[in-house]
Amino acid sequence: MEGKAILSVQDAGFSYPGRTALESIRFEVGSGETFALLGPNGSGKTTLFRILATLLPVQKGHIRIGECCLVNDPAGVRSQIGVVFQAPSLDKKLKVIENLRYQGMLYGLSGRELADRVSRALERLRISDRAQDPVERLSGGLQRRVEIAKSLLHKPRLLILDEPSTGLDPRARRELWETLAELNRSEGMTLLVTTHLMEEADLCGRVMILDRGRIVALDTPGALRRNVSSEVITLRGDDLEGLNAEIRTKLSLTGQVRAGTLRVETRPGAEDRLIRQDLQRILETFGSRVHSVTLSRATLEDVFMKMTGRSFESGEGAE
Amino acid sequence: MSPTPQKTFFWQPLLALWLREMLRFVRQRNRVVGAFATPVVFWIFIGSGVGTSFNPGFGPEGASYLQYFFPGTLVMIVLFTAIFSTISVIEDRREGFLQGVLVAPVSPLALAGGKILGGATLAVGQALLFLALAPLAGFKFGLLSFAVILIVLCLLGVALTALGLLIAWPMDSTMGFHAIMNLFLLPLWFLSGALFPVEGASPWIRWIVQINPLYYGLCLMRVALNPGGDYYRVLPDPRWCFVVTVVFAAVLSAGCAWLIQRRRQA
Repeated sequence: MEGKAILSVQDAGFSYPGRTALESIRFEVGSGETFALLGPNGSGKTTLFRILATLLPVQKGHIRIGECCLVNDPAGVRSQIGVVFQAPSLDKKLKVIENLRYQGMLYGLSGRELADRVSRALERLRISDRAQDPVERLSGGLQRRVEIAKSLLHKPRLLILDEPSTGLDPRARRELWETLAELNRSEGMTLLVTTHLMEEADLCGRVMILDRGRIVALDTPGALRRNVSSEVITLRGDDLEGLNAEIRTKLSLTGQVRAGTLRVETRPGAEDRLIRQDLQRILETFGSRVHSVTLSRATLEDVFMKMTGRSFESGEGAE
Repeated sequence: MSPTPQKTFFWQPLLALWLREMLRFVRQRNRVVGAFATPVVFWIFIGSGVGTSFNPGFGPEGASYLQYFFPGTLVMIVLFTAIFSTISVIEDRREGFLQGVLVAPVSPLALAGGKILGGATLAVGQALLFLALAPLAGFKFGLLSFAVILIVLCLLGVALTALGLLIAWPMDSTMGFHAIMNLFLLPLWFLSGALFPVEGASPWIRWIVQINPLYYGLCLMRVALNPGGDYYRVLPDPRWCFVVTVVFAAVLSAGCAWLIQRRRQA
């Protein structure tokens, strides 16, 4: 964790009727950090997002944001957080500037101060030239920028984003992350992002992986990957389950079958020479049954599989 | 640990929510068709269809059904506008602008107030447009009557928008709202004396009409539209009608603020 904790979650739990969504989770986010909440559907990340955004009550435990306690002072918390929703909270019938103006008014802003903050937010997100356009005429990427501009008007200390790149094309997604990185770098804005995309979590300073309402890992993306192995051998071919069993017996390497591929972990911390040796042994022993082989860096998905014994896509349950 | 005093905003959010309702209405002109044109068409066709074959048993000699149905149409315009402006809350709250309002330090009173005043303003505005047709329907009334009608329209606008909001707020889908609209809101209007005079109805219908708060607002407007008529003979005391209408609006508005406060985190 970088700076002083801006968010502190102590033993927070939440249950829906007949189902536990979060089980006594505990973590802190430092000022100026970029923090990812990564998990499949049903992992509890949306429940956690809704609690932090003050949309669900804290049923168990303590949560502090800045100096405010979420249980005793939700209004205080609301003035310290900026929230970017997965489904945009923009009024599409209104112009960009009208959306921003009304948002500022919700935080008690008026007159000159409101006008200044709106124009500064438009500049920061590079959308000043679209201020007079109705939101419904903007692309998904631009709408997302308006949404972020809106959430910054009251100068929050923590920006919480729920799956911010949902529905964006790859280019808009890249631009969104450039914008977020810029906000974090130039203004020290603390970002907490929920995502189910490994590549997005990889862009954050720290990643917390949630599964079935529990924290299964919390560290920097690099450190999490090092716990698994540095490289992964991905095989395609026939009878992958059988192949996996044989590789385990004959070569003492562990693997998992997922989505038509067999992912075999190399030995953690192994030198390149040893990894290539493993690769060569696989090809020599099972070459005839393998259609293709790829050697790649371990991903956070491999971390998830290692920690939970399940693939990321097999997450179940509604959040 | 003692709770920290909460800081929420009231006036600016109230104004923002009201302004938003106005702008949305201006940008969605087709809403006028549903909330204004439909009742007017009903009034013309049903009113002319029944014509003078209708005898309410009170009111000016030779009054037509167009005249009888006129205040009922005013209430229908208010009801339809209230429905259109509150049904959007269902989706807006989960996937739209209201999400942002719920996570802002906005007083629940401001949230309820902004939405109710917005809906009521639109309802009264459209009802006044229809009121401009009153001379064509043969009504002659002065400034005092106009003031009474305006006040009643404002109260009914607040009451019916609040009622719509109370129904819409806890709902997950607009389907449920449509069901309640058909089973509860439209009968609330049918059974307010808008379509037929309560005096000639079966006793059980009369009983339902008399516990329907809309009936009292409607009676007030009926009296105001026909100054000097013999309505006092059959309709309830206007002072009592006024009290019922004020209480109707106040209770439903307070109910909205309570519900929003209670179910903000849900």
